[in-house]
Amino acid sequence: MISNQTIETAGYEIMKKAAIDIPEDYLAGIKATAAKESGELSGFVIKTMIKNYEAATSDRRPMCADTGLPRYYIKVGDDAAFEGGFTGIERALRSATARATHDVPLRPNRVHPLWRTEHNNNVGINAPEVEWTFEPDADWIDITTVHKGGLFGTDYRMLFPGDGIDGIKRFLLDTLISFGKRGLCCQPAIVGVGLGGSKDTCMQLGKQAACLRVVGDRNPDPKIAALELELMELGNNIGMGAMGFVGSSMVVDLHIEVGHTHTGGMPMSVHTFCLSSRRATARVHANGTVTYRTDPQWFTPYHRRETVDWAGIEGAEAHA
Amino acid sequence: MLEEIHIDLPASNEAIASLPLGSVVYLTGTVYTAREGVYHRVLNEGHPLPSGLADRSNVNFHCSPAAAKNEVGGFDIGGVTATASFRFSQYLAQWLDLTGTKVIIGKGGMAETDYKNILAPRGVIYLTTIGYGTGALLGRGIQDVEAVHWLDELGIAQAMWLFKVENFGPFLVESDLQGQSLFAQQGKTINKHLDALYEGLKEPALHRYGETKNRTDELI
Repeated sequence: MISNQTIETAGYEIMKKAAIDIPEDYLAGIKATAAKESGELSGFVIKTMIKNYEAATSDRRPMCADTGLPRYYIKVGDDAAFEGGFTGIERALRSATARATHDVPLRPNRVHPLWRTEHNNNVGINAPEVEWTFEPDADWIDITTVHKGGLFGTDYRMLFPGDGIDGIKRFLLDTLISFGKRGLCCQPAIVGVGLGGSKDTCMQLGKQAACLRVVGDRNPDPKIAALELELMELGNNIGMGAMGFVGSSMVVDLHIEVGHTHTGGMPMSVHTFCLSSRRATARVHANGTVTYRTDPQWFTPYHRRETVDWAGIEGAEAHA
Repeated sequence: MLEEIHIDLPASNEAIASLPLGSVVYLTGTVYTAREGVYHRVLNEGHPLPSGLADRSNVNFHCSPAAAKNEVGGFDIGGVTATASFRFSQYLAQWLDLTGTKVIIGKGGMAETDYKNILAPRGVIYLTTIGYGTGALLGRGIQDVEAVHWLDELGIAQAMWLFKVENFGPFLVESDLQGQSLFAQQGKTINKHLDALYEGLKEPALHRYGETKNRTDELI
């Protein structure tokens, strides 16, 4: 039986790890980006950022003072046994958020949208967000936190099937160029592209593609994987690097997630996970032990609902 | 290699004049934070400046620190990150005249016209923070909180903080005494190639406002 206390402690730890330690996949990715960078100013910015990661880790201080909007993604195994119900888990994570905000310290960014009032702890109305998903044949609970800035770098557009790949490229360029100037989206970034679903799922898919997949990960559909690489190259050929200076370091990796959508539309969203790409995951095992990692392993085959899932029904095998 | 320059504060006119656009700067001395809360309090409400400010510091940092009260009655400063400066340009002419500030540090710079019309004529330059996420490095450069003003009235984020700093940086020189802007220069180079990126991409099924500024246009 997994206790609420175990969840609270794990939530607190990942808040700390996310704020302080850059994930190794992003670090390797940005070093590879820097190696190709010929723009002097852009290259200097990236080298300075790498020094900043080292300073954060050795001093145990947040890598960026804007600690974003901390939030959680939870994956619960079908066979996981835990006390206090689902609301018990959510309460534990609200407590972990407030405690970590004081102790790390994180900047208490969360304010009421109209009155600008705050509780000084990153907890409030509908905050932090907690998203749930489930996994068959598992008895653990995975908790991931993401600290992502919120002001620049994200956009949504309703494209139409006739817009095709050209439309996707056009919107990606529009977004990267407009938010890339002066480095407002804090590139080089992990770019997430959501395609399909309804408007809200499209936004959600793109956000999760940016924040919950690691650098180097490819979509299981080979044609989508090829498009990921093509779009990444397009982004890095804009001629813009870190801080919007002349260069090539715009995109560290690009991830696409798709969802079946309305027959008349092709909604698309773009999200950029910044130079301080902060994520950390805890796996709480059935016996109450906790292991930590930086790969959320969020997009499992079950999570993507890749197959229709039942046999013997007409059409079930017809289309991937 | 970019040129790296260390400056003691208050910054002298000679030191400021010697900084080329795009060079890397570290500061040692005292910097103060002020943003819309302080500007409004002093310039619109008429409260006097803290006495002796001009003698202690001529560097205005656009910043809200992550500060927490510690057990010995002082403050612990965690990460430090600049905030976007373009929002404050309406206050700056009056503020610079009143305080004698010669260096502004912030995020993302301001419009080149602000440098030409407001900063450069007053002998003021702009330094930008780097990558906008070097919170840990900047936090290291802060040795001490020398003073904090209007904490009760304005709160942690908007109060005026005086930080004692050592090798505080790195920053990039974004504007010089001619009012030139590094961002603007770099942007011009990048802009030359933007049209080519869209070449061969077919027109979208539905256009958007923004592509046209005329709201009577049909977008289809």
